[in-house]
Amino acid sequence: MSPRRTDTGGRIDRLKTIRFTFDGAAYTGHAGDTLASALLAKGVTLYGRSFKYHRPRGLLTAGVEEPNALVTVLKGEVREPNIPATMVEIHDGLVAISQNRFPSLAWDINAVNQLGGKILSAGFYYKTFMGPVFGPLKGTRFWMFCEHFIRRAAGLGSAGSAKDPARYERMNAFCDVLVVGSGPAGLMAARAAADQGARVMLADLEPRFGGSANWSDETIDGAPAADWARRTVAQLEGRDNVRLLPRTTVWGYYDNNTLAALERVSDHKEQPGKGEPRHRYWAIRAKSVVLATGAFERPLVFPGNDRPGVMLAHAAERYANEFGVLPGERIALFTNNDSAYRAAIALKKAGAAVVAIADIRPELSPEMRKLAAEAEAEIFAGHAVVATEGGKALSGLKLQRFDMTNGALIGDARSIHADCLLMSGGWSPTIHLASQAGAKAEWNAARQAFLPPKPTQSWIGAGAFTGSFSTLEALAEGRAAGLAAAGGQSTPAVLPVVEAVPGDPDPAPVFEIRAKGKSFVDFQHDVTAEDVRLAHREGFVSVEHLKRYTTLGMATDQGKSSNVPGLAIMAEALGKPIPEVGTTRFRPPFAPVSIGSLAAERFGDLRPERLTPMHDWHLANGATMYSAGLWYRPMIYGHAGETVEQAYVREAKATRDSAGIVDVSTLGKIAVQGPDAAAFLDRVYTNMFSTLAVGKARYGLMLREDGLAFDDGTTWRLGEQDFLMTTTTANAGKVMQHLEYFLDVIWPELKVHVTSVTDEWAGAAIGGPKARQILAACVTGTAVDNATLPFMGIVRGEIAGVPVMICRLSFSGEMAFEVYCGAGHGTHVWEALVEAGKPFGLVTYGLEALGTMRIEKGHVTGAEIDGRTTARDLHLDWMLSKKKPFIGSAMMDREGLIASDRLELVGLIALDNKPLNGGAHIVEEVDEANPHGSIGHITACCYSPALGKHIALALVKAGKARQGTRAHVSDPLRNRFGPVEIVSNHFYDPEGTRMHG
Amino acid sequence: MLITCPYCGPRDVIEFTYQGDGNRERPDPASQNFEAWNAYVYDRLNPAGDHNEIWQHSGGCRTHLRVVRNTLTHEISSVAFAHGGHGSAARRKAEDKS
Ligand SMILES: [Zn+2]
Repeated sequence: MSPRRTDTGGRIDRLKTIRFTFDGAAYTGHAGDTLASALLAKGVTLYGRSFKYHRPRGLLTAGVEEPNALVTVLKGEVREPNIPATMVEIHDGLVAISQNRFPSLAWDINAVNQLGGKILSAGFYYKTFMGPVFGPLKGTRFWMFCEHFIRRAAGLGSAGSAKDPARYERMNAFCDVLVVGSGPAGLMAARAAADQGARVMLADLEPRFGGSANWSDETIDGAPAADWARRTVAQLEGRDNVRLLPRTTVWGYYDNNTLAALERVSDHKEQPGKGEPRHRYWAIRAKSVVLATGAFERPLVFPGNDRPGVMLAHAAERYANEFGVLPGERIALFTNNDSAYRAAIALKKAGAAVVAIADIRPELSPEMRKLAAEAEAEIFAGHAVVATEGGKALSGLKLQRFDMTNGALIGDARSIHADCLLMSGGWSPTIHLASQAGAKAEWNAARQAFLPPKPTQSWIGAGAFTGSFSTLEALAEGRAAGLAAAGGQSTPAVLPVVEAVPGDPDPAPVFEIRAKGKSFVDFQHDVTAEDVRLAHREGFVSVEHLKRYTTLGMATDQGKSSNVPGLAIMAEALGKPIPEVGTTRFRPPFAPVSIGSLAAERFGDLRPERLTPMHDWHLANGATMYSAGLWYRPMIYGHAGETVEQAYVREAKATRDSAGIVDVSTLGKIAVQGPDAAAFLDRVYTNMFSTLAVGKARYGLMLREDGLAFDDGTTWRLGEQDFLMTTTTANAGKVMQHLEYFLDVIWPELKVHVTSVTDEWAGAAIGGPKARQILAACVTGTAVDNATLPFMGIVRGEIAGVPVMICRLSFSGEMAFEVYCGAGHGTHVWEALVEAGKPFGLVTYGLEALGTMRIEKGHVTGAEIDGRTTARDLHLDWMLSKKKPFIGSAMMDREGLIASDRLELVGLIALDNKPLNGGAHIVEEVDEANPHGSIGHITACCYSPALGKHIALALVKAGKARQGTRAHVSDPLRNRFGPVEIVSNHFYDPEGTRMHG
Repeated sequence: MLITCPYCGPRDVIEFTYQGDGNRERPDPASQNFEAWNAYVYDRLNPAGDHNEIWQHSGGCRTHLRVVRNTLTHEISSVAFAHGGHGSAARRKAEDKS
């Protein structure tokens, strides 16, 4: 027999049929089904293969803690792996596949790993690949040999490489009371707090509010608990001080009562609604939090406890009552506590035969005997399951008399024929958020569980979370918590009447039955009880080391069901009581979080863009744009049929032959103003600025406090107390913060104000032998001849009726001018310049040609000022003033920074006339088979139209002394090896005759 | 984490930039005392408990603040202007000189 849908019952909509596929086969289910319940209803028992041994695995749970049934969901090209089937709501068109199987789920060749179980025991990787193994394949080399096979065989689902087209968003929220969990306790708390007028948020990771009320088969105030829950939710929905968040996992509890949550907004839909994100990340600041997160049922550890068909007792109850699915026809139970008897009743009512209840405890209460009789189940007190049988589904199990005082198995085993075995090892309160909030959990011997600690932040617990497992207690505690959280007075009130199956909340203190065979503790990481003991025998005594060595509790489920049984087994091995062994602290996230939700609007179409004033002109005139940080800049203005290289070579050549113009509006611009502005710049720059005349500009270099190079640029003195500083595009923000820090924190006595004016000015650099003629043709109000506008001079004038500032400076090595005007007039002035340049053959050029000309000229940029280089390394030591201290001056002469073997800036010429690559290493001798002996690397490279050669800038050890010698590039990743000549970084016009004119 | 900016009020940490250990003392710019410079640039207390830090309200008024933060709990026990605020003793002293 196999699992099936019941004829009636469940909270699914039987009138709505939904079609989906799993591993390529078509299935149907109903609205309200999860992938797990829908497949189970169709008789599917096999959901995945285990991590190491590739054992067949079925559903263990019905919720977020599911370790076995992990699937990959495919949406178009995008694949999302490792989602529990229990958390996937089915929708039309859903495509899911199983994982970690080859070639198919039912027939998996790696299942032979089971036969070699001893090989893959605890610490397998450490032992095999770290130590000296004999023979030619030793140590890490052996790992490199095996890695490919092991990675393929062991592991979870694989991530896709397609770009995720989904949108994610972040929401900040504030509330008086955040209630986490919407079971009876959470609903009561939300209602009580809302009645006090508090702003309430209620979050539950399930799509349906109500928690255990949806499957408990209890009654509240005479109606089914689920109806009570629905009514309560309807009351809350109608209130404008309540926000309900279904499908929302609160995954992090941080300081200042800030909580992080993930709302799965549209995963359950075939298509997201218009403007709807896939996931929404909530940052919630709550004055007070009610934790009503319930409890996780624990498995028992016994041989064969991982066979498909072995399931947690409450999970079966949930499948039967909430989804109308019977996980089997002949059901056996194995328990150490009373709660499993509820499941026996539920399954009997739903139409299954309950054939046996094996209870670890020798003495059972009359109530439990009565429940067993009601379920028509044969009861085996003082018995344990010692084996299970079957392949891809359960066929039977073996029972044996068990002495819980010493763990001994007595007498002969007895076979029971069953297709489903429900187990219950007691309950562990879901204390993850409380633990994240900062306090240590306390062991409660009666409950055999860690109970929540005393709050260190503003939260109140209620219901099963506190270890109060009955619905009546949940309602009472929920109401009290809600009132207290909202700041209300606790008043006596009539609580709803609950009709429930009785039960003692305390289990017998037994977690493991030791018998022959593999007994799993951590199902997802395939950790057995024997692995834990082996680790102990090998000398691991700290619980943290034991955990890491065995990887217990370190899978994607973070040991939600395995933590306590694992700890109990460790404690036994160590011969210590559980509280002395200690528990591990829970850390965020409670459940896996999509990276997209964390990136949210920082990525994709919501990301900010910075466009220069001339952006539209560039697009309209054939520019290919390049994104540099948030900025977009023209890369080339390509002609039809041109490659990128052909385009930039043409642009650079035309600039050197006649003239070129480039948009430099992205350069950082900072107004430095005030009586002490000049003195301040003297401290900030390595060279002098107080001596700079008004109407002149100077190239400046900044160091960091540790003496390494920071940024460079020109600063213009516009007035006695008025400077315009320019920075590199990438460092504009950093330089601004650097200046503000020194003014605000270190030198508050300086009367200087700094203002970021990057966006106020549009800038164009026009350079080349014809540049001055072009300016002369369009500038009015000033002359631009050598006398009026000498090198590094500044004049003010007008272009096409717009006031402009022109500074004669050059990064290309040509005679060049930077023209600045108000940003709003940028395109107007740019067009006027382009028009005036037409008779002179002016070209527009982009970043590629800009980079080419700066490499030819040997100018440094961010690739060379990389946070590791000094002014000397870059041959900028002529800029280090000896007349004054400046930021970095005290530290720049440290031994290591003036050593003779430092990487120094040089130029390279490819002697084989082939392109060079950025990042390629420089070596003295090429050894393609075993690349080694790097003496430096390439920072920037291009084809130089001026030299007709492939050239590069590079940082090379003692580079200056190597000028004129030969070396080689060694770039094994791109298979580029070849001879180069090391030369000065000033390839082009080293005397500067062209730019000085 | 919330930082209460004296100008802007309580704001999320996302608006602020950490600007380093507030215990550092910058030697006189002309000082050649290498030990002192080295301590200023590299030595950090890294306490488990209250820590004196500089934060800039970079996503707000851009003022630098001296914040005492508990590194174990993120509890903030004091926030003040890094330079002592406008009209502060340090600034007044500086202004008196000029
Ligand atoms: Zn502020």
